[in-house]
Amino acid sequence: MQLFHCPFCGTRDETEFHFGGEAGNIRPDGADVPADRWANYLYMRDNPKGAVREVWVHMNCGEFFVMERDSVGHEVVSSTSLDGAGHAR
Amino acid sequence: MTATRLSSGGSSIDRSRPVSFSFDGRKLQGFEGDTIASALLASDVAVVGRSFKYHRPRGIWGAGVEEPNALVDVGGSVARTPNTRATTELVLDGMIAKSVNASPNAAVDRNAFIDRFSRFIPAAFYYKTFMWPDWHLFEPRIRAVAGLGEVDARWQSPAAAADQINRHCDVLVVGAGPAGLAAAKLAASAGQSVILVDDQHEPGGSLNHRTGEIDGRPATAWAAETIGALSATGHTVLPSTTAFGIYDHNLVGLNQRHGDGRPDTLWRVRPRRIVLATGAIERPLPFANNDLPGIMSADAALVYLRRFAVLVGRRVVVATNNDSAYEVARALAEAGADVTLVDSRKDGTPAVPEGVSLTAGRRVAAARGKMRVEGAVLDEGTLLDADCLVVSGGWTPTIHLFCQARGKLAWSEAQAAFLPGDPVEGMAVAGAAAGAVSLSGVFESAAKAMPGATAAPRSTGVEATGGILAAWPIPDARGRVWIDYQNDVTAKDVELAARENFISVEHLKRYTTLGMATDQGKTSNLVGLALMGAVTGRTVPEVGTTTYRPPFTPVPLASFAGARGGELMSPVRRLPLENVHRARGAVFQEYGGWLRPAHYGGADADADCAIQDEAGRARQSVALFDGSTLGKIEVMGPKAAEFVDFIYYNTMSTLKPGRCRYGFMLSENGVVFDDGILVRLDEYRFVVSCSSSHVASVHARLEEWRQDRFGRDAVYVHNATSEMATLTVSGPNAKKLLATLGLGLSLDDADLPHMAMAEGMFATDPVRVARVSFTGDRSYEVSIRADRAEPLWARMHEAGMAFDAVTIGLEALMILRAEKGYIVIGKDTDGTTLPHDLGVDGPRAKRKGEYVGRRSLFTDVAMPGNRQQLVGLAVARGEEPLATGANAISREGGKLRSQGFVTSSYHSPTMGRPIALGLIERGAARHGEAVDIQHLGMVRRATITGPCAFDPSGERLNA
Ligand SMILES: [Zn+2]
Repeated sequence: MQLFHCPFCGTRDETEFHFGGEAGNIRPDGADVPADRWANYLYMRDNPKGAVREVWVHMNCGEFFVMERDSVGHEVVSSTSLDGAGHAR
Repeated sequence: MTATRLSSGGSSIDRSRPVSFSFDGRKLQGFEGDTIASALLASDVAVVGRSFKYHRPRGIWGAGVEEPNALVDVGGSVARTPNTRATTELVLDGMIAKSVNASPNAAVDRNAFIDRFSRFIPAAFYYKTFMWPDWHLFEPRIRAVAGLGEVDARWQSPAAAADQINRHCDVLVVGAGPAGLAAAKLAASAGQSVILVDDQHEPGGSLNHRTGEIDGRPATAWAAETIGALSATGHTVLPSTTAFGIYDHNLVGLNQRHGDGRPDTLWRVRPRRIVLATGAIERPLPFANNDLPGIMSADAALVYLRRFAVLVGRRVVVATNNDSAYEVARALAEAGADVTLVDSRKDGTPAVPEGVSLTAGRRVAAARGKMRVEGAVLDEGTLLDADCLVVSGGWTPTIHLFCQARGKLAWSEAQAAFLPGDPVEGMAVAGAAAGAVSLSGVFESAAKAMPGATAAPRSTGVEATGGILAAWPIPDARGRVWIDYQNDVTAKDVELAARENFISVEHLKRYTTLGMATDQGKTSNLVGLALMGAVTGRTVPEVGTTTYRPPFTPVPLASFAGARGGELMSPVRRLPLENVHRARGAVFQEYGGWLRPAHYGGADADADCAIQDEAGRARQSVALFDGSTLGKIEVMGPKAAEFVDFIYYNTMSTLKPGRCRYGFMLSENGVVFDDGILVRLDEYRFVVSCSSSHVASVHARLEEWRQDRFGRDAVYVHNATSEMATLTVSGPNAKKLLATLGLGLSLDDADLPHMAMAEGMFATDPVRVARVSFTGDRSYEVSIRADRAEPLWARMHEAGMAFDAVTIGLEALMILRAEKGYIVIGKDTDGTTLPHDLGVDGPRAKRKGEYVGRRSLFTDVAMPGNRQQLVGLAVARGEEPLATGANAISREGGKLRSQGFVTSSYHSPTMGRPIALGLIERGAARHGEAVDIQHLGMVRRATITGPCAFDPSGERLNA
């Protein structure tokens, strides 16, 4: 059971969090986005081994944030609130 | 008689408190403080169980958690617990213990004949032999004969749930032997908070039965004083508590046993630092028939002597390859036994204790005896007469938790053991677990485990001198040499695995089942892989170890479950008016996590009648319905209008304040995720009225887009669903009923038309009245503070008397909405349904702005073509309703093919015939066409219609 850091609440148990997707999966707007670009956004994930940047949500307070962590050793490196500019996904 | 209880001594037993218990139907006596094992030994019960596969007689091997043989099913006042280790469970007055895998009992077992065929049933015999025609034909019989304890079919979960406790501390020390006590003492004196756990009933570890002096005090006294001081200064000392697992970020799971019938307690501890002082486990020696009852760990023999005053034999052979058994030999001799010490080492052996004869440079080659040991044959042929053979094959450090935490092991040839390798962050290993063999070495390692510690305890006493002469099984040795007692794995099985190329340690484990029993190979793993190394010409570290996984010892599932059972497994959400509904005879059911009235009155057999009556009467005059579960998520802020435009498929920013609009929310893949009404309260404030079961997920979705795309300052989202109750008045007389309530607002259709909202007051409380309809009749949804809903609901019923009002449950509402072709997301749609499949193509065709899921509506698969579309399905009056889920079928090239399926189906009391909704390929263009509906092999004809069966022109909305 890991400890994650919610930027709003602090360090809490992983069971309070939900995974929100890989960070940096920027949404392409428009009805004319090329199909493969849109499919990439919807379905294609890197699933890297090692250092990862991910969006998580703390279910208790509703905070979405970007967490940098290691997918092998499970070290949590940083947690940052979203800035609302659509860069997380 | 061989094993006897001495007339005095025994530090753990209270002779003033005798207890009686039964074992395999035999009445036996013990003392308070006895384990089941010590009490059985005191009564000279040699055979305590039958082995897993061959039904060999087995006796007590150890005195702790490593015990492979002495498993018992324990019952008594509490339900029976299978596979309890007799060596760790205290005997209680009235306890009923039963040996495992034996019938009728361990001493006389009718399946004992199996052992005579043992050479025909080696490892993997069952898999190889019972392949044809099907393993499952043979499995039940084999399982009945093999195995361990039995599950008690009458078992019921205890009335009280297991407690679960979460704790933080500076230092968690696992193991309260000399190393753990020293580390805990050092941590406490450095001002750190300490939790000290020990899996034994009496903490102290080896100090409870080995002699020595610490800081000038006898070891036992020092241990008691140290524990007393820790408790007195506010630290936590938990005996009978096993640290069974280490999880991510140094979370340690502890299971605490209470011994009084209470369920165990699960502790989740997050220490800053973990000190593993888990000791070491003595290994057996490999010789023929080394599993006979009466062959015992040397250290265990000392435990039984010093703590329980049980002398394990009169003529004892002590066989060893290291120093630790010398104290055992001396103590047994002092207690009156004839002791012969057989040490495989020629030189460097410690001084021979008084009264003990030593044979150095010799090994035991075989044990003699049938039901218990009668003698030992040495490698040069000498036969030693013995009624007990105590052995020490060396010590295996208990590094399970270190390995669970991904610590890497380092092989020590000198100590013939794996020791902890490079340190794991936040963790230290001390004492015998780290390879220390003397008290002074133990304290040295404890001091190292607590950096910056003050002076460590100093010891005087027995110090190890010589080393160890590794005693691994020799390939192709004569006789049956047991490696894994509990799973009946012999040296020959390991050799067979090697011959058949199962040489990887993980394959060896699966093929022979070595180390797979409830003891997880605590006494056997290292011996097995050393033999595999010898057979395949590899070193022990080259063979490697299997992966260590939690739990260290079995943990009851009840501990993990805690309070999460029954109603608390997945708690339902409850209506503020639940008790009022119950008083009116409501029958409750769970719908999407909410407990709601299904119907009022008419339990079981009459349920259908009650539902039909409610749905029928609702159309005649007026119906009252509790719709409090509907979502009420407020969206406010300067960009609120822009936000709802993006969230909804439909354009919402054009909605005027005080007006309502129906719309869809899509997933990014275009699928309809939710539908509902959006209310605009004012320029910058909306209420999202989503489906009852989708409130949490819609709220999460709104938050995600708010925080990621719009910004926290631009929009604010607040879920007010449970703050307000929503009471619905629907039907031709709805307006008249509402008028009698005096809500202080105009109900005139010009002021409050369909899809409009107004605010009023009920007594002193503000109410919000939305004229929206899920029944197709004129309807008003009145929302009020949840805690003030009861008087309003009562007034509605009072007023309803004059109109023959009917209170309806969710089942009747489902019929009313289906008559109108109104959909329920997830019931009338599935994970592929796009908005235009439901006939809502406007936004897709015309909207310019961006919205969630937009691009997905223009992919190849989203093109109308052959998509399943929402339709009505009509059958002849007088027929039964279609089965929900039944497929619409066609035959193509002789093959059946599904064209879609029935999503909702009811009998309509108002129309006097069945009604149904379905998703059918190209259904929107096929109205009037007949289609075959197949259910359970029966085919019926239905006619495709529009979804709306009742009042298609919608006149009743304003009637
Ligand atoms: Zn939080």
